[in-house]
Amino acid sequence: MHVSLVHYLTVAAVLFGLGLFTVMTRRNAVGILLGVELILNAAALNFVAFEHFVAGGVSGQVFTVFIIILAASEAAIALAIVLQVYRGYRSILSAQLTDLKN
Amino acid sequence: MPTDLTTFSFLFLAALTLGSGGIVAFSKNIIYSTVALLGCFLGIAGLYIHLSADFLAAVQILVYVGGTLTLILFAVMLTSRIEDIRTSNTAVGRGAAFAIVALVLLLLGKVATMTPWPAKDRPQMPATAKLGHAFLSEYLLPFEIGSIVLLAAMIGAVVLARRAVKRDWEKH
Repeated sequence: MHVSLVHYLTVAAVLFGLGLFTVMTRRNAVGILLGVELILNAAALNFVAFEHFVAGGVSGQVFTVFIIILAASEAAIALAIVLQVYRGYRSILSAQLTDLKN
Repeated sequence: MPTDLTTFSFLFLAALTLGSGGIVAFSKNIIYSTVALLGCFLGIAGLYIHLSADFLAAVQILVYVGGTLTLILFAVMLTSRIEDIRTSNTAVGRGAAFAIVALVLLLLGKVATMTPWPAKDRPQMPATAKLGHAFLSEYLLPFEIGSIVLLAAMIGAVVLARRAVKRDWEKH
């Protein structure tokens, strides 16, 4: 078997599907965040695969670095929000978080 | 590297990534889901090495495994009542989610296989030096904005997560 672009696209697509499934089915806010991380990693893998096999240069890796930067800041902010919500509600199940006030 | 070894290691890394991703998606225990994310990130880092993105592999391990994953583990330990496993990672609507994901995967697979990508095999070569040049010339402004975003996120996380403590002299 010769490893080519399609194999990497397959891995990334399945990983994206798993992330999407996690985001849609989890009720725990941290669980949803895990799904988002899977989706971001799948997109980053696609960027690097296309850069290696199609585009050349390093622009794909540059975009992957930006994805990693944004994922790190997104995780920090989201977890701070989750902690505050847990202090207020004693729960982080997304179905129970329906109030904007109080 | 001989081709057989490359194929074998690609298959191993892909299986590691997707297997861990499956545990993240389907496990009933959120601790297992979070720890399985580790295997997923390591597999992705290995695939980056395959794609001659050595710097990205190091960054992936440093930032994701060392930073993001630890952060998420902290959040899991601090919030969910983890001794109560049945409520900590419940899932709803699996049938509908399966259907939607299957449709999306079908569409992605069609696009990936039908499009005639002008793909060609490139030799493995280190990319770190070229990446550094790109960051300090062509992508200098986005790079600096990225550091501002990280600073803002750090301050924002501190502001959001702190407990409001009133000192004595503030209480009047």
